[in-house]
Parts: sequence; C-alpha cells; structure tokens
Amino acid sequence: MTDLDRTSPLHDTHVAAGASFTDFAGWRMPVRYTSDLAEHHAVRTEAGIFDISHMANLRVEGAGAAAFLDAALTVNASAMLPGAARYALILTETGGIIDDLIVYRLDETLFHVVANAGNRFAVVAALQERLGDADATLTDETEGTAIVAVQGPAAQAILGDAGFGDAAALRYYSVRAVNGALVARTGYTGEDGFELYVPPAEASALWSALVAAGQPHGLVPAGLAARDTLRLEAGMPLYGHELSLDVLPAQAGLARVAPPKGKEADFVGRAAVEAGPPAGSRVLVGLVAEGRRAGRVGYPVLSGDTVVGEITSGALSPTLGHPIAMAFVDPEVAALGTPLFLDVRGSRIPAVVTDLPFYKRKA
Amino acid sequence: MAELHYTKDHEWVSIDGQVATVGITQFAADQLGDIVYVDLPAAGSAVASGTVVGEVESTKSVGELFAPVDGTVVESNDAVVSTPELVNSDPQGEGWLIKVEFTELPELLTEEQYKELIA
Repeated sequence: MTDLDRTSPLHDTHVAAGASFTDFAGWRMPVRYTSDLAEHHAVRTEAGIFDISHMANLRVEGAGAAAFLDAALTVNASAMLPGAARYALILTETGGIIDDLIVYRLDETLFHVVANAGNRFAVVAALQERLGDADATLTDETEGTAIVAVQGPAAQAILGDAGFGDAAALRYYSVRAVNGALVARTGYTGEDGFELYVPPAEASALWSALVAAGQPHGLVPAGLAARDTLRLEAGMPLYGHELSLDVLPAQAGLARVAPPKGKEADFVGRAAVEAGPPAGSRVLVGLVAEGRRAGRVGYPVLSGDTVVGEITSGALSPTLGHPIAMAFVDPEVAALGTPLFLDVRGSRIPAVVTDLPFYKRKA
Repeated sequence: MAELHYTKDHEWVSIDGQVATVGITQFAADQLGDIVYVDLPAAGSAVASGTVVGEVESTKSVGELFAPVDGTVVESNDAVVSTPELVNSDPQGEGWLIKVEFTELPELLTEEQYKELIA
C-alpha cells in the first residue's frame, strides 16, 4: 500500500509537545517526547499516555457477527459476554499468523476488532473473503477512530480525575462506554491501564483532559520507543518480530489462544494448529544476559559455535538493567536454564533461556 | 584555541596540535535517543580513517563510531563508558569519546557544511 505518512488526529498536539517522530507502518507517530528511558520508567512507576491511533479499527455487526468471528478467528466469540475483550489471532489455512488482534464484544450483535497498523489491509481482505454469506457486515473504521492509552499504576486514579471514574469498575480485559468514550482495560505495557476509543474530533480534548488530570500523578506522554521496551519486558509479541505468516501459534507460545479452551467451532487454520508445527520447528524463548550489550533483532543465537536460533526482539531492559531478548531457537536448546550465546556483531555474549515474561507487575 | 570540524558520520573533531578529540554530534545523540552502552578502542590502538572503531548504543539502536583520521588512540573517555548518558547530556563536551594522535588531517566538514547536511 502506498498511503505513506498518515498522521494521527493528535499530530499537532505531539508537535506542540516537542515529540520526535518515526515512520511506523505508514504512519508518522511519536517515537519519544523527551527520553525513551524516562517515559519507560514513568509507565512502570506512575503512568504514561500513548497515542496509538495508527492501529486498525474494524467493526463487525449483525445477527451473525459472533458466528462469523468464530469461523474467521481463533477467538470463541459466541462465548464472549457483552463487555468482554479477548486476545485473538487470524490465521491462514496452514496456521500461519496473519495478525494478532484484540476483539471486544460491545453487545449481542456488535464487535470491535483492533488490528496492527501494518496488517490493516491484510486483515480486512481476509475477513472480507471469509464473510461469504454470513449475516454480518465489516466496516473499516480506522480513520474514524482515535485511540489513547493510559498505562501505569496511576492509570485508574488518572481516569477517575479526568471524569472516567466508571472505568474503575472495569476488570482486566473488559470494555464499556464511559463518558462518551469506549474504554477498555487493556494495554501493551505489562502494567494496569486503559485504552480509550473516541472519534478523531474528540481526541485532542481527551488527550488534554487526561494530561491535565495526570500531571499530579506523574503522567508523561510516551512514544513508540518506550512502548516497545515495555511490551518486550512484558513478554508480549510484536507482529513482524515474534509473529508472522511463517510462525504457527504454538511456536510463539500462543497455543492457549489458538483455539481457547472450550471452543468447538471450526475456524480457518484449526486443522493446521491441531496438527501442530513440524517436529524440530523452532520455538520462542526468552533470553537474559549480563552486562549492558543487548542482542537485537536478527542477531544469531549460538550453542557452542553452532547457530541454533535468531533474536526477534532485544534491548537492554530499562527496568531490569540487563539485556533481554526474545528469540526463536531449536527445540533442543529451548529448555529453561539452557546456556547459549548471543552473537552481538561478532562478540559472544553469554545468555540463558528464561521464562517469559521478563517483568511482571506486582498484583 | 582548538578548531572544530565535523564528519558526514555525525561526529565532531576538535583539533589541538596533532591530537584530534572525537565525539558524536548533538544531532546524532538526539537521533539515537537514550545512550546506554559505549564501546571504545583502548589507548594505543591504531585506527584507520573511515573504519568502525567503537559503538554507541541506545535503547533503540546501535550507532557506529568511525575513526575520522588515521592514527593512534592516545586516550578514550572512561567517564562515558561508566556513564553513557553523558553522551546525551553533553555530547560535544564531557561526552567526548576518543583522542587520536594523527599525522595527516583529512578533509573534514566545516560547521556550516555540517549544518547543511542535517538541515
């Protein structure tokens, strides 16, 4: 697709706040406002506010919407109660991952599906094709939706002070309409937090109200750089890194959602995920190392002198203070505690296979 | 008074006699973001102009340090190795990286030329 340089409805707000921008899936989005590390730490200790309006918003509506999503996605849509949110995948017939999604059930006949910006058109095309004669309509509402995320331990207090007190009643992974916005208790940082969906014309006023309410709580605007290190510490996959058309859910540790327990309906890719990946397929693991030199995407993982895998995401963890990485490795070296090496531009950095996530918030 | 030059690799070079002090520019530091790791050549290392002699890593990416001159490293800045954020806070001062004794000075950019490059 050639629609480069889309900007968020909040673009002018970010410019005024002094943001640096990056191109992300055809969108010009804030990469940082002041410092990646300061923004990262603010989310872990207080709160950060993110503009994620680049993400794709799809509306699925109709008497047959739940049955359609049951057949098109891994999610057990029919079993979702109104107000529920679920993490889901859209697969190819052969089990490859077209995208990872959040599915919200707003009422009996209405679902809101959030896809990655870079996969918007692939997801729309796949869903359109799967729609067939289902009693449901699919609408791409990306341009008609702005999304603001408030993430961090102070998020609930900030929403309360900004007039969204009813959001406090939301359980993790649920959604409701509050004060004219669709508010979900979801996120991509490993912290408690909320994602607010509003029409673009209301985005700037919402952002300002949240920033003002958040000031006493230590809220700062945070960019995509912090969002990436936060999600990596939380062990959350990023499409194009940990997930792709060549990866089956089980390889990425996502067997639990493909399908979720209790789902009986057939869906595209079900036979392939039930057959499982071929024997010997690489699996996603966490790796931790000492020192400060991080392994990064694409770097080889070694056992002795043999290449046994490749890093998909890696950074010096701002919270933990040591390098962390996710990598696909051969199953023989995937056991927890296996000592391996990261090939960091020719230097061998000792690393150990570890459990994901690297960071878990205290309940 | 040392003369200040620049390179197309976003480094500054301050010449004092036969010694060039080298660091990355404010522009480069801003582009990298928070710098968390600096790897520098040891004193005594021979370096060749245009080759990679060190690394400046931020949370997001890796910047390479190129030697702007042929010569021998006479000092590397231990302070930035232990406190990499100096490269962000004062890239053209306390955040200097290496001092290289050289015999011949290659053509470098003036401040005006560098400003044009990053404009």
